[in-house]
Formats: sequence, C-alpha cells, structure tokens
Amino acid sequence: MGGVRETAGAAGVLAVARIGARPDGRGGTALPVLESGGPLALRRTRAGGSEARVMLVGAMSGPLGGDHFTVEADVAEGARLHVGSAAATIALPGQAKGEARYDVRLTVGDSGELCWLPEQLISANGSGLQVTTRVELAAGARLTFREEQVLGRVGEEPGSLTSRLTVLLGGRPLLDQELSCGPGAPGGWDGPAVLAGHRALGQLLVVRPEYATRPVETRLLGEYAVLAPLAGPGALVTAVAADALQLRRTLDEALRLLG
Amino acid sequence: MSRAALLVLADGRFPAGGHAHSGGAEAAVKAGRITGAADLEEFCRGRLHTAGLVSASLAAAAVLGLDPVELDGAADARTPSPALRVASRKLGRQLMRAARATWPSAELDALAGRFPKGAHQPVVLGLVARAAGLGADDAAYCSVYECVSGPASAVVRLLSLDPFDATGVLARLAPEVDLVAHRAVEGARCAGEGGVGVLPAGGAPLLEIGAEVHAAWAVRLFAS
Repeated sequence: MGGVRETAGAAGVLAVARIGARPDGRGGTALPVLESGGPLALRRTRAGGSEARVMLVGAMSGPLGGDHFTVEADVAEGARLHVGSAAATIALPGQAKGEARYDVRLTVGDSGELCWLPEQLISANGSGLQVTTRVELAAGARLTFREEQVLGRVGEEPGSLTSRLTVLLGGRPLLDQELSCGPGAPGGWDGPAVLAGHRALGQLLVVRPEYATRPVETRLLGEYAVLAPLAGPGALVTAVAADALQLRRTLDEALRLLG
Repeated sequence: MSRAALLVLADGRFPAGGHAHSGGAEAAVKAGRITGAADLEEFCRGRLHTAGLVSASLAAAAVLGLDPVELDGAADARTPSPALRVASRKLGRQLMRAARATWPSAELDALAGRFPKGAHQPVVLGLVARAAGLGADDAAYCSVYECVSGPASAVVRLLSLDPFDATGVLARLAPEVDLVAHRAVEGARCAGEGGVGVLPAGGAPLLEIGAEVHAAWAVRLFAS
C-alpha cells in the first residue's frame, strides 16, 4: 500500500485510491492504474474471463472524524471491472472535530461494465460521515452497484450519516437520492415515512442498455423492498431491513432475479 | 404580485386533483405505521424534509426560470418509484388543465405541448406560480404545505381521526414548513448557479416502497 498520509485539516487523514481499467487487447481487462492511498489498500484478485477483479482492503479502521477518503474507478470503453471490499467500512468518531467525508467517483465508458459490490457501511454511535457517490456512465455502459448502510453497531444508536448517490447516464441524471439519518438529521428520518425503526437500508442499481426497450417489471420483494424500473434504462432495488443480514438476503435475491 | 393569487393556488378546493392522493399515508396507515395524530406528525415531518423539500425546490427553480425540461428530468431522477412518477405526472397534467383556464400563459402552453401526458407536478406548479405573478417562495410554500396537508386530510378519512387533531398537527409543523420552504428556495437559487444537479435530492425509502405496495392493491381509497 502507498501509505501516504496527508493531513486533512486538524488531524484527519486525506487518502485517495484509484483504479483504472482498460481492455488488455487479448479479450481481458488490464489495470494500468491501481493506486492505494493511506488506509485504502487495493489488491488485484483472481480474474475471471474478460473481467478484472479488485478488492478494497481497509488497512486500518475509519473513516474517523475529520478524515477525507476518496475512491475513484475509471472503466474505459469495453473494459470490465469488479470491485468488492474485504470487510465492512465502519464510520467511527475521531479525535479531530467535524465529520468525515467519503467520496466515490465512478466512470464507465461505452460498452464497459462495472460491478461495484462493496460490503456495508456501518455508522457507529458518535460518528459523523458524509458519503458522496457520483457515477458517470456513457450511454452504452453497464453497471451493477450496491450500497448498504447499517445504522449503529448491534444495540447502539447510529452516528450521523448523510449519503448522496448521483448517477448520470450519457450526461443526463438517471438517479439522484440522498438520505440523512442519525443525530442532527432533519426531523422524521426514523418516522413512518422514512425508516420507521429499520436499522439497515440499501440500494441495488443495475443499468443495462437493453432496459431502454425492455424495462424490468416492478416487483415487491416482501413488505420492505421493491425492485422497480427507473425513468431510464435502470432497475433499482430500494430496501430497508431490521439488520444487515436480512438486507443482504433481499439484495442477493434481487441480483438473482435480474440475472 | 397579488397575495390573493397565492390563496387561490394553495386552496385545497383549487380543482387540480390533489384530494385524490394521500401522499403515501394510505399505505402507511394500512401497514400500521400511522395509527394516530402523533404518527401522522412524524410521517409528515419525514415527508416534509425529503419529498417535500425536493418538490418545493423544483417548483421554486421553475419560478426562477430554470429550464422546465431539465427540471422534469431532475424530478424523474429523484423519484425512483414508478408509481410516484405516474402520480406526479398525473397531478401535473390536472394542475396544468386548471391553471391554463385560470392564468393563461404561453409558458404553460409550451410545457403542455412538450409533455402531453403531464410534466412532473412541481415543475408545472412553478410555471403556474409564474403565470399567476407569484414568486419562488410562494411556489415553495404551496408545494411544502401541500406535502403535509394532503396526508393530514387523508388520515382524517382513513382513520376517522378528529379533524381538529389533524389541523393541530399542521399547526405544530408550521415552523418546519417555513424552514423547508426557505431551504427549497435556497436550493433553487444554488441550482440557478450550479445547474439542476445541485437541487436537493432527499429520498424516503418507506415512501418509495409503500407507493409500490399501494399501487399493487386491487382496491384503494386514494390514487397514491
């Protein structure tokens, strides 16, 4: 791992990790860019077929208050990249004042494919984290994107968490969603319109060009999850659950349904 | 501007079809998430800061002259539930019809021509407010108030809740309605500089999920 640790403000860690995926010219995908940064370590793992696989390994706990992490992945035209993480990310309170930031920037070129399937983000009591995810897809790009948030470790109240997910397809907005919860969040976040006591929530977004002509059909996945077509060529699963395990079961079921 | 125009537009009897929608309250009542005035208040509060803020900022942005076609796309991206997109466009079409008869305007005609099946309701509301000589804050207030008054009157019918209790909920939420209307206009002004992408985008998972559960029912009292 790079181990470069710059300070962000008072005492936080500023870390950037980058992945660049390109077709290798032999039917596979090369990774000309694989830069770990600070606690964000990237490992290339076993490749399957035309796809390159990368594992994001958290080399220390965090993000802590004041930290600013950025992960960038750029999938060029025709390349296929799968990114997972070795463990859940836990937002913890830090010694530095202020909240932590976690930025994710993903771009996928025409006929490129990105599977972004990290483990959960856990918002621990007393932490403050702002997650900003921006995905820019070329018109013919394919995407499978999962995000799961768990509000508090077992039996504890959550920290404060704001997460915004913006997805652009061919420069136009496909999905833009923000959720704020925990102490300091606008009122009603745990009430009957938003979470109603559920402590795990997730989204699974699948974008495929063929959905433009054959959108998925809306399907209820139990009482607290739904698979539905977006206004563009995307299918979104929105789910809330009592805990991370139930949430993952639902999202896995949806992945199987989408094939 | 005429202050009375705001009252005409915000009046629950303005024939724009809003009374047929519960703003997700019917699904929440059926699921047992709203059983009385206290739950109704929390429901409205959650809706206010998510869907309410988003709608009001879209409406305010339309008043400020941002491109209504772009705003309509931004509304689509902020409404992942197909049932809610359909409801919003239907309400937009009904409002358009009532407003073109009330405040004829070339901008409304153009939008109606561009979206024959209906543009998203907040976008229409913003252009209606412009046609009525109202400002961005007026449109934001209309939108935000509607976002809580709809569920409140629906719950009176759904639970036989005392109308005085429902009105009490709305009165208690008034300071937050002010706050959200203010934030919505701020968001719209930011979008004037930074583009529609910076508009608020708060989502409410249970409203989205509940809307699809509700749409699958064979019999329901409200359209959404």
